[in-house]
Amino acid sequence: MAVPVAAVRNVTKRFPGVVANDGVSLEFNAGEIHVLLGENGAGKSTLIGILAGMQQPDEGEILIGGRPVRITSPRASLELGIGTVFQHVLLVPSLTVIENLMLGGPWWRNLLRGPALARFRELSQLLGVEIDPDAQVGRLSLGEQQQVEIMRALWRGEKVLILDEPTSMLTPQGVKDLGAVMKRLRDKGVALILITHKLVEAYELGDRISVLRLGRLVGALPPERKRAMSEQEVTDAVIEMMFGTVAQHERDAEILVGRGRRTHRARHVDRAGPPRLQARGLATQATRGACPLRGVDFDLWPGEVLGIAGVDGNGQKHLAEMLAGQRAAASGTILLDGRDITADAVPERRRRGVRYVTDERLGEGTVGAFSVATNLVLKEIGAPPFFRRGVSDWDHIHDHARALIKRNDIRTPSEKTPVAKLSGGNIQKVLLARELNAEAGVVIFNKPTYGLDLQNTRLAHERILAGADQGLATIVISTDLDELLEISDRIGVMFQGHLAGIVENGPDVERKVGLLMTGAKAA
Amino acid sequence: MTAEAQQVARRGAPGSAGARDAMASVLRVAVPILLALAVGGIILLVLGKDPLAYYGYVARRGLLTWGGLQETLTRMSPLLLIAAGLIVAFRAGIWNLGGDGQFLLAAVITAALAPALVGTLPKVAILVACMIVSAAVAALWAVIPAVLKARYGINEIITSLMMSFLGISFANVLVKLFFWDPSTTVPQTRTLPVEERLPRLFDTTIHSGVLIALAVVILVHLMMTRTAFGLKLQVVGANPAAAVHAGLNVPWLTIATFTLSAALIGLGGSVEILGVFGTVRADWNPAFGLLVVPLVFLARFNGYAAIAFTLFFSALMIGGDSAARRIGVPQHFVLVLVALLLIFLAVVEYLDHQRRKRIGA
Ligand SMILES: Nc1ncnc2c1ncn2[C@@H]1O[C@H](COP(=O)(O)OP(=O)(O)OP(=O)(O)O)[C@@H](O)[C@H]1O
Ligand SMILES: [Mg+2]
Repeated sequence: MAVPVAAVRNVTKRFPGVVANDGVSLEFNAGEIHVLLGENGAGKSTLIGILAGMQQPDEGEILIGGRPVRITSPRASLELGIGTVFQHVLLVPSLTVIENLMLGGPWWRNLLRGPALARFRELSQLLGVEIDPDAQVGRLSLGEQQQVEIMRALWRGEKVLILDEPTSMLTPQGVKDLGAVMKRLRDKGVALILITHKLVEAYELGDRISVLRLGRLVGALPPERKRAMSEQEVTDAVIEMMFGTVAQHERDAEILVGRGRRTHRARHVDRAGPPRLQARGLATQATRGACPLRGVDFDLWPGEVLGIAGVDGNGQKHLAEMLAGQRAAASGTILLDGRDITADAVPERRRRGVRYVTDERLGEGTVGAFSVATNLVLKEIGAPPFFRRGVSDWDHIHDHARALIKRNDIRTPSEKTPVAKLSGGNIQKVLLARELNAEAGVVIFNKPTYGLDLQNTRLAHERILAGADQGLATIVISTDLDELLEISDRIGVMFQGHLAGIVENGPDVERKVGLLMTGAKAA
Repeated sequence: MTAEAQQVARRGAPGSAGARDAMASVLRVAVPILLALAVGGIILLVLGKDPLAYYGYVARRGLLTWGGLQETLTRMSPLLLIAAGLIVAFRAGIWNLGGDGQFLLAAVITAALAPALVGTLPKVAILVACMIVSAAVAALWAVIPAVLKARYGINEIITSLMMSFLGISFANVLVKLFFWDPSTTVPQTRTLPVEERLPRLFDTTIHSGVLIALAVVILVHLMMTRTAFGLKLQVVGANPAAAVHAGLNVPWLTIATFTLSAALIGLGGSVEILGVFGTVRADWNPAFGLLVVPLVFLARFNGYAAIAFTLFFSALMIGGDSAARRIGVPQHFVLVLVALLLIFLAVVEYLDHQRRKRIGA
């Protein structure tokens, strides 16, 4: 058998309070897509961080082409032919797309824009994406930023391409496109490593599947075995590795495999009364690279879940920010319980019960260097009971944090751990815990389950629905249509800054939404 | 939850890590100091001087003689107040580099105001009034860079530096044109009589401004760590986008921080005049502002650490002056030592950063 392009052998990595990788051995072969699965905090990102030169293993070794190497820096990793797209965007937001891509190159290349542009076009075509090379990266939507990240990783034509949850931001079509790109790269002999929480992707894309749990390798499906199995068998096998049993997790399996829509529970929403939230002709100022709103109207009733679908970058971000009060309206009005709140800033809107879960959990949702406890009260600074007459009551803040950590199953060594040290999914849990915790009237979720494993995704969905059952008016923005089909009462589609149409969730809704996404008017 | 229990069970021993961290932060300071002293000693040897004699004089004059120690402690008060002002700003991610202008303007205002008020008000009232007015003037001097940053996002490093140049010149103009004491030949303000200055502590030459400065640094530290306002500032400093997301009024906080920072630095200028000089001479500029910047960084914006660094630095300044005179090296040799210290501190900091990155902490 051929020597693996890359391999880790008995790798152990400890952090204060946790063993992130515990004697893990894995092989990555040319022309093979190797899928890593595991619950939030299982150690997937840590393992690829070691391959990417971000971290050094405490024990064990890395083999490249059978030779033991030390990967001491991200640059060393790139030079060994390993390109990585990290879970959290690492681009420089103040630079343009093309500048970001040229950054990694040798200094004398930095001045040559021509060849860089040529390579950019090549990759744009390969990925099938259209991005303005001169757009400032900070102004791009997260989905677009991720596409730039993929280009950056492919920039030097690597031997190994690592993708840490690359699909959580993409629409079904985007996922399909990315899958095609990955297969093309695999057929060209690249060794790909894919981390995902979606079993359907693992099945469709993966040649080999490995499962981590609490830092340990708890199971693997080599290509020979996987090929011989049906999708159902693979799913059952993987679930068993991840959680121990099959029967108990039938519903998990459905969500994981993307058949969750069958679980849509018809809810009764009383639209006879006055709406909680009314948006009339909302528009925003254009910012470079981000799509503004161009006249959005909708009504939202108490107890209702309105899903917002659409390809990322069609104005969803502006819509969420505007409703939360973070972005000024250029025109239009927002009424909350009939009262005009268009001119209110974030604090007033919060006081009136508006909550917003952002999709940029590290960019703006949290302060990475601050403790989990501080981040859990980030939007309450100065307010009782955590602050009394302007003085912080740290005991109270920490007690509060411990309670939320327990209730939301946030995996962290302690409430004082800096939030950036948590795994991606656990940071997301911090965000959700903070917003679901307080008294609210309207909640806006922007990609609420981004990066959550299946159990936590289910938990989040249940809590969103429980909130709605208690009368919360809820907006869920997501690029994951299955998610919206599962929890929404109505689904609206954003297209080029318009809310192209709102349709009732029910039979045939998928086709209607699909049509709206391409710009067709609602039937 | 079994998963959690397992994770807890596999925790490392936290105590040993804590001790190692404490050890590391001591080394982080001790190693550069020793290296700087060693290299400084080599330079002295090359110059044909006795390094041990030089360091002996520095230590004796700066710390070990009663007179020297008093001078050192006196010198700490302006440095501490500047440090307090810088900590407030830097923690909020606002790089107020206009300290010298703010310091000097406040000093001139105090020197002009205090002698003029003598006899009209009780002594304590004069002292307090001078401090308040001077701090307010310094704060006013920071309003322009503060508003430019808050409103238009214009980089405050450049604007505060420019305002500093302007402030220094303006202070001079004030002395030469408006506050020149006609009874003197060199342009300088009227002098505040010694008995009207800040009271001395017991039988020493140390004035009570040192206590004010210590209290201010500690208050600033408590404000940063124990109050909502301090926490808000730190959010703005650590992640401005998160501050907007959390609904903080970032422009207002920026202006408040900037002016508070300048006011504290101005207080330093005022106290230095009320406690030590009693007058400002034209072209006087101790340039403490920029000297304190690296100290504050080395203290990692921690108030208590800043007190320790300031003590060390003051002793070096006071002792270095006299040691240089005694063994016949240029006065500025102490600056060479300071520069070496900063270089080694930065190098050790870098290596420590690399180490911590390696272990992923
Ligand atoms: N730099 C760090 N410092 C301390 N602890 C860390 C650090 N990075 C990761 N950890 C811890 O290591 C464990 C594994 O984290 P990792 O990010 O590898 O999980 P993951 O499998 O990628 O999870 P997710 O699916 O949520 O992204 C977690 O408990 C996390 O808190
Ligand atoms: Mg991860």
